[in-house]
Amino acid sequence: MSATLPPAPSGPSHTEGPEAVTTTPGTTAAVGTSLWKDAFRRLRRNPAAISGAVIVGVFLLVALLAPWLAPFGGEELPGRTEIRPTTIPGPGDVEGYPLGLDRFGGDLLSKLIWGARASLVIGVVSTALGLVGGMVLGLLAGGFGGWVDSVIMRFVDILLSVPNLLLAVSIAAIMGQSQWAVMIAIGASQVPIFARLLRSSMLSQKGADYVLAAQTLGLSRRTITMSHLLPNSTGPLIVQGTLTLATAVIDAAALSFLGLGGGVPQTAEWGRMLTYAQAELAIAPQLAFLPGLCIAVTALGFTLLGESLRESLDPKSRTA
Amino acid sequence: MTAQNPAQNPARDPARDPVADPTAEPAPLLEVRDLAVAFSTMSGPVQAVHEASLTLRAGRALAIVGESGSGKSTTAMSVIGLLPGNGRVTGGSVRFAGQELVGLDEQRMRRIRGRQIGLVPQDPMSNLNPVTTVGQQVAETLLVHGMATRQDVHEKVVAALAAAGLPEPARRAKQYPHEFSGGMRQRALIAIGLACRPRLLIADEPTSALDVTVQRTILDQIERMTEEIGTSVLLITHDLGLAAERAQDIVVMHRGRIVEAGPSAQVLEDPQHDYTRRLVQAAPSVAAARVARQAASPGATAVAGRGAPGPAGPVPAAAEKPAAPEAPPLVVIEGLTKVFKGRLGQADFTAVKDVSLTVPRGRTVAIVGESGSGKTTTARMLLKLYEPTEGSIRFDGQDVVGLRGRELAAFRQRVQPIFQDPYSSLNPMFTIGRILEEPLSTYRRGTRKERQERVKWLLEEVALPPSMLNRYPNELSGGQRQRVAIARALALQPELIVCDEPVSALDVLVQKQILDLLGRLQDEFGLSYLFISHDLAVVRLISDEVCVMKDGEVVEAAESEEVFTNPRHPYTRQLLASIPGNELRVGA
Amino acid sequence: MLRVTGKRLALLIPTLFGLSVLLFAWVRALPGGPATALLGDKATPDAVARINEVYGFDRPLLEQYFVYMGRLLRGDFGASIVTGRPVVEEFLTRFPATLELALVALVFAVGVGVPLGYVAARHRGRTLDHSSVVLSLLGITVPVFFLAFILKWLFAIRVPLFPADGRQDPRIDATHYTNFFVLDGLLTGEWDAAWDAFLHLILPGLALGTIPLAIIVRITRASVLEVQSADYVRTARAKGLTRRLIRGRYIMRNAMLPVVTTIGLQTGLLISGAVLTETVFAFNGIGRFLRDAIFNLDYPVLQGFIIFIALAYSLINLLVDLSYSLIDPRVRVQ
Repeated sequence: MSATLPPAPSGPSHTEGPEAVTTTPGTTAAVGTSLWKDAFRRLRRNPAAISGAVIVGVFLLVALLAPWLAPFGGEELPGRTEIRPTTIPGPGDVEGYPLGLDRFGGDLLSKLIWGARASLVIGVVSTALGLVGGMVLGLLAGGFGGWVDSVIMRFVDILLSVPNLLLAVSIAAIMGQSQWAVMIAIGASQVPIFARLLRSSMLSQKGADYVLAAQTLGLSRRTITMSHLLPNSTGPLIVQGTLTLATAVIDAAALSFLGLGGGVPQTAEWGRMLTYAQAELAIAPQLAFLPGLCIAVTALGFTLLGESLRESLDPKSRTA
Repeated sequence: MTAQNPAQNPARDPARDPVADPTAEPAPLLEVRDLAVAFSTMSGPVQAVHEASLTLRAGRALAIVGESGSGKSTTAMSVIGLLPGNGRVTGGSVRFAGQELVGLDEQRMRRIRGRQIGLVPQDPMSNLNPVTTVGQQVAETLLVHGMATRQDVHEKVVAALAAAGLPEPARRAKQYPHEFSGGMRQRALIAIGLACRPRLLIADEPTSALDVTVQRTILDQIERMTEEIGTSVLLITHDLGLAAERAQDIVVMHRGRIVEAGPSAQVLEDPQHDYTRRLVQAAPSVAAARVARQAASPGATAVAGRGAPGPAGPVPAAAEKPAAPEAPPLVVIEGLTKVFKGRLGQADFTAVKDVSLTVPRGRTVAIVGESGSGKTTTARMLLKLYEPTEGSIRFDGQDVVGLRGRELAAFRQRVQPIFQDPYSSLNPMFTIGRILEEPLSTYRRGTRKERQERVKWLLEEVALPPSMLNRYPNELSGGQRQRVAIARALALQPELIVCDEPVSALDVLVQKQILDLLGRLQDEFGLSYLFISHDLAVVRLISDEVCVMKDGEVVEAAESEEVFTNPRHPYTRQLLASIPGNELRVGA
Repeated sequence: MLRVTGKRLALLIPTLFGLSVLLFAWVRALPGGPATALLGDKATPDAVARINEVYGFDRPLLEQYFVYMGRLLRGDFGASIVTGRPVVEEFLTRFPATLELALVALVFAVGVGVPLGYVAARHRGRTLDHSSVVLSLLGITVPVFFLAFILKWLFAIRVPLFPADGRQDPRIDATHYTNFFVLDGLLTGEWDAAWDAFLHLILPGLALGTIPLAIIVRITRASVLEVQSADYVRTARAKGLTRRLIRGRYIMRNAMLPVVTTIGLQTGLLISGAVLTETVFAFNGIGRFLRDAIFNLDYPVLQGFIIFIALAYSLINLLVDLSYSLIDPRVRVQ
């Protein structure tokens, strides 16, 4: 071995037997493990990933099965007659409403269940919007470089100089108070993050030898970008996407809490429920705690999943 | 200078050679007995070192030689109790100057480290604290061991840096590591390691991250200083030649075990263990000159520099060769220059300056140079990854610089690359099958079925089993990946392959296998190679003609043997002298 | 150093310029246009036309833009639609409150976060480490306003240790010069006023500081873990240096680099959290004012505040960069 090289990569040893190839008989049909399969295998052994997956799984089930799980509709007010100005029935106080009622006479349990559905829709739609928008900008910037890159990155910097919530609020102001406004607002505020991520990931690969090899093969810039650069950037994007789902759930609740979500006051949406719980904190703290807990646990689930995914895709942690 | 020279004793000083003078046997300074080291990993404990025993006597040098993962560094680090967090000495003893070091408490160990046993680590770029001055980093080791007082510490720091050969030590002491070059950093680390005049110095691959010419001066510095102070040296290296040149005794490690131990000359000349034998055979720095291969094509007798008035002038040997009806050379490069535009406010950088060379058909032309010599830039211009600023490249009579569209596509299919780093040259998301098929499908060669046949055939050609088809690069070893890279380069049946440091990231034995493979393929398909390397020893094994580059210019170009036996340019001579073990002769 | 500062300040100009264009476009994109925003939904077409003429909203866009830019450059951000007072004035009376709050949050986040992250890293894999990792995860995923609720309920309603709302007890007759209430109390020697204002800061400060705290713990822990296994730390040990020296000069100084960046980023993000925290605690800062402006579509206020916040955010980032170059010689200019 020559002497001026950097230390050998800490990965697998280069040492090979004299026959150069370790042919194991009978493995001719062996299917290789891709980076993803490899990551997935490591994910399954990670307790944090498992707990995250369980939380997310339960959340998805509740959201999807809301019509069958919830005793009442989301905006129904079955317990209107039970509410007094000074008392709101808590958990177990009135038969038929296991978690009690809210100020308007809605069943708290039903509203929490329907709230999961609202959070799922907002989270997924806004993350998808942010991801698509960010990918388009990132691909243009990373793929073309030059002045296209400068202009796009300047624009992204400007968006980043405005705090997330304010950006979302400004967009919601244009669009009026509605669920759509909230989704687009959150999506837009995530665009810069995805754009930067994709761009930097692509730039870091542009110098990689396999990209040079693809160039010497005479592949077009589009082919190189789409079939070499982009697939190798999906890892960070998926990790960020999972983490963004958590932020989206929290931000959606924050915007609804501020009253930007629109709809009637008794809308079954976690953030919205917190707005009206504010005044009742002294007499019915559960009205604030239960929706808040739902938001926190859901966000925790997505965060755990995203973080463990990041860990399992990190080449540094790879020991295969 | 050549391997045919009469045998020389590898030991630097006959008086210290045990064979020459057995009565002068000094007492052992370091005695390692049955040392066992284990690492705890996710999948249970892994034994990294098994029953390693070695003895180092005062005032002498012992080298531990092995490939990456052989346990050589682990053995050395367990001497000073600095194993990584998950490593642990599980058995055996380490006696230093009569004191047992295994199990010694941290407090006492701390007083031995730096004071009694110094360390010169491997990578100078990562071993200095980036946020404090170099001077302070020398000073703290002096102060902590009471070797200096607050008053005289500055003076002693400057003296230590000066002793390590650092120019302008007083000014340099005030600078930060990032203002130092690699060689200067290594000198600073030597100053730190030897500041307290320790009795033992552990040098862990002290030069493997440096350029060849710097390597030699650094090793000389260590040798001079340790001799002066009377410090013993435990040298860790992967390079057998270097070990034999710098140490009286060698210990060879393989997969955590010591497989051979003895005086350097004896290990090299009469290796007992099979692994050592293979190592000696494969080590380019020790091996004899390349055995002349059978000419693969009639053009193979063509000579470098013919018709190409490089700065070194035409090669005289050309006239002596029989003037066979030669095919014109495949590649003719003339006056090639590449200037990289500096960023705002920075000067332009001329990476390649007026380079001319030719690549005859069916032959291997090597470009040799250290980092920053412009060799890679030259290769990339030939691959049409960079546009030259000036000069011309003709491939098979056709101007490459102006190629567009269909002509460019045709050129791409005839010239293919192999890159240095087998870890980044294959797309990690593709299976091996897809990597090999991509060139074929890009140019719509054959039907789908024919392409699959061709891919299988390619794997066979590079001696990989067909089961590799569905594997991903991350499942392959470095050598296997480089084979895949070679197969990919072969896929389109090119005429020229540009190899940019194709073996420098590989261990010695694997390196030899890859070089053999490249040689076989050349014979089989009449390929021409442009072979880029910093390693003259490797170049000698494979090339027919050699161009030596320095600072963007070709300083010497000639037939390979001519360069090695009769170097003209002083820089070439310096490079040759820097090959460790070049003066050894081994009856392998 | 000065040159870098100048360069960075110059870089601010295109950002602020771009932002002003976006905000200009934003006002024109408001539903019904700026006139409706001013007059409300039920305005007659006549009134809208009159407003459009008075404010020049019927002029060509480019002309409007130049007029708008001219005003901005003169420091004229217009007046609030709701209160009628100049935006700059509104901002300056409320900004100190938010700054005070942010400072408490930051002191809490940094003061607890950095040591906790360090200790967690040094005890890697043990109970202390695991619990700090879990706590920091929870800190990141708990919505600020929810946390504010919990704190308010626990420490102001169930166990009334701290006041629940406002910046100061209205019964205290305090003099205000700077609008930093704690500072005012100290300056005038009204100790009770200063103490009361400080107590009012505790709960919102804790709520606001928790997310940055959690993030700082994580970054510090990761950074210390990485530096701990750096080659130069092993070399320091091979030199026989004492643990204390290695901890201070090697681990902490290097590990702090990413932490400083994080602290800067988080400081900028405190504004978003402030809107929510101030709402829950009825704390009269820019956050709460912004929230009201959002509902009243008080666009001059929104416009002005966004520019101020972007400016403050960029200045904080500049400060971070400058302090960065103090601890890292590599970014110092030669």
